[in-house]
Amino acid sequence: MTNEELKEQILALEPSVTFDETGEWLNVQVEPAQWKELARGLRNSAMHFDYLFCLTCIDWKTHMTMVYHLSSTSHRHNIVVKAKVDRNQPEIETVCDIWRTAEFHEREVFELFGVVFLNHPDLRRLILTDDFEGFPLRKDFEDPINMIKL
Amino acid sequence: MYTQTEVIKDTTASGSEGELVINMGPQHPATHGVLHLVITLNGETIKKIEPHLGYIHRSIEKMTESLTYRQFTYVTSRMDYLSAHINNLACAMTVEKAMQIEVPERAQVIRVLMNELTRIASHELWIGAMAMDLGAFTPFFYAFREREMITEIMEDSCGARLTMNYMVPGGVMYDIHPDFQKKVKAFVQQFKDKVTEYEDLVTNNVIFQSRTKGVGYLSKEDAISYGCSGPVARASGVSCDIRKIYPYEVYGKVEFDEVLDTAGDSFARYLVRVKEMNQSIRIIEQLIDNIPEGDFQAKTKAVLKPPKGEFYTRVETARGELGVYLVSEGGTTPYRIKYRSPGFSNLSALDHMARGSKIGDLMATMGTLDLVIPDIDR
Repeated sequence: MTNEELKEQILALEPSVTFDETGEWLNVQVEPAQWKELARGLRNSAMHFDYLFCLTCIDWKTHMTMVYHLSSTSHRHNIVVKAKVDRNQPEIETVCDIWRTAEFHEREVFELFGVVFLNHPDLRRLILTDDFEGFPLRKDFEDPINMIKL
Repeated sequence: MYTQTEVIKDTTASGSEGELVINMGPQHPATHGVLHLVITLNGETIKKIEPHLGYIHRSIEKMTESLTYRQFTYVTSRMDYLSAHINNLACAMTVEKAMQIEVPERAQVIRVLMNELTRIASHELWIGAMAMDLGAFTPFFYAFREREMITEIMEDSCGARLTMNYMVPGGVMYDIHPDFQKKVKAFVQQFKDKVTEYEDLVTNNVIFQSRTKGVGYLSKEDAISYGCSGPVARASGVSCDIRKIYPYEVYGKVEFDEVLDTAGDSFARYLVRVKEMNQSIRIIEQLIDNIPEGDFQAKTKAVLKPPKGEFYTRVETARGELGVYLVSEGGTTPYRIKYRSPGFSNLSALDHMARGSKIGDLMATMGTLDLVIPDIDR
C-alpha cells in the first residue's frame, strides 16, 4: 500500500494521530493512551502489520519517545509508530500480546530506559544485575568508572 | 524518579511441587558463550525456559554515542563476531544512506563477496558445533577444514581473521589481495567437492535425523509473531531474506534463490542453512570473475557529519535480519543507535519452542537457533 492509503486507513482507526513523511517510511505519532487500540488495529486490519522488527526508546532529555518499527510480511510495507512518554513517569501499554517479540524488547527498554510497560506479564530485568542503579541508556546517566567521556 | 523495585518479582526462585529448577550455563559447552538458562523441569519435560542475559553485555549502544561515525563500525565486529563483515556493512550503509554517499561498483562487489564468504564461514562453524552438540565429532573437523580457507582469504585482504573491520563508510578499507580471486576459486572448488561429505555424514545420518526431526517445532505464525528472521524463520516458511526483499549493494543483480522450508523443525533449519551455503557459492561464482575496475572507496570527508534525521538500514547476516537505527542530531557522533540483532529475537522464541519437549532435545533446538551470545547481549 502507498503512504496515502496507509494514512487513510490509520486515520480511520485512530483520528487523533499525526503523520510525518520526511523520513524513509511513514511516521505515525500517537498518544500513549491510544497506542494499544491502534496497535491492535494495525495488526488485525487489512494493513496486516504482523512483524514488529524493532522496538526501542529515545531519550530526548525533555521527554522520551517509544519507537516501534512495523512491517507486513504479506504487503511488504513499513511504518514507524512513535509515542511520546513522560520522562519522570514513563508508562505505556505493553503490546506483547499482539506481537510476542515485544516481550523481550520491552524488558530491555524497561531496564535500560526505565519505561514501565503496563500489563506486561513478566516485567523483570533481562540484562542488568539486580543491584544496578540507574537507567544506562538515558542521557543523564553517569558512571565515573566505566564511561569514557570524549 | 520511578523506582522499579515493586515490579521486580523473581518467579524463578522456587518451582512448585514436583518441579525442578535447574541452571544451564552461564558456562556450558552447548551454549557456545555465556548464556544462562533457568529451566523448570517436570521429570524430563521442560515446563519453562527463562533466559538470563547480560554476561557479555558491553553496552555497545551507549558506547556508540561517544564514538564518531568512522569509529563506531569497528565496535560492531564484536557483536555477532561470526558475521563481522555484515555488521560493519550495516553500519557503513547507514552512514552512506544518511550522507548520500555513492559507493563505487568495485567496492559493492567486494562487499558482497566478503559477505557471502562470511556467511559460509559462519554456517560452517555452526554445522560443526551443532553436530558436536548432538554427539557427532567428525563433522567439526571437516567443517573447519573449509572454514580455515575462508579465514585465510580474509586474513590476506583484511589483515584479520575474525574481527575484520573491513567495511568503512564509502567502500572497503583496502583493495583486495592480488591472490584473492585465485584463492576464492580454489575454495569454491574445494567446497563443491566436499559438500557431499556433509550430506553423507550429517544429513543422511539416521541418528542425526531422529534427534532433529520434529524437534523444536515453530509454526509460521509464531515465527512472525516472535520476530524471528534468517534461517530460523525461513525453515518455518516465512519469506524474510532481506537480500531478496530489499536488495542492497549488488544483490539485486545476481541470481540466487531464497531457501524456504515448511517443516519448521530443527532438521528443516539444518537443511535451510546447508542449502544457503550452496546459494552463497552461486553468488560468489557469478561475481568472482566480474569484479569491476575502479576505486575501492569513495572520496569522503575526514569528519563525517550526517544530517539531522532518523535512518534505518537492514541487512541479512548469517543469523537473520540485523537492523541499525540511527538517530542523528547533525553532530559528529550519533545521538542514539539501536541495533536490532537477529539473535535477540530468535532467542525469545526458545521458550515457546522447547516447552513440553524433553531436556535432551533442547540441544537440538538451541543448536539450530544458531545463537551467538555477544550478538544477543550487545
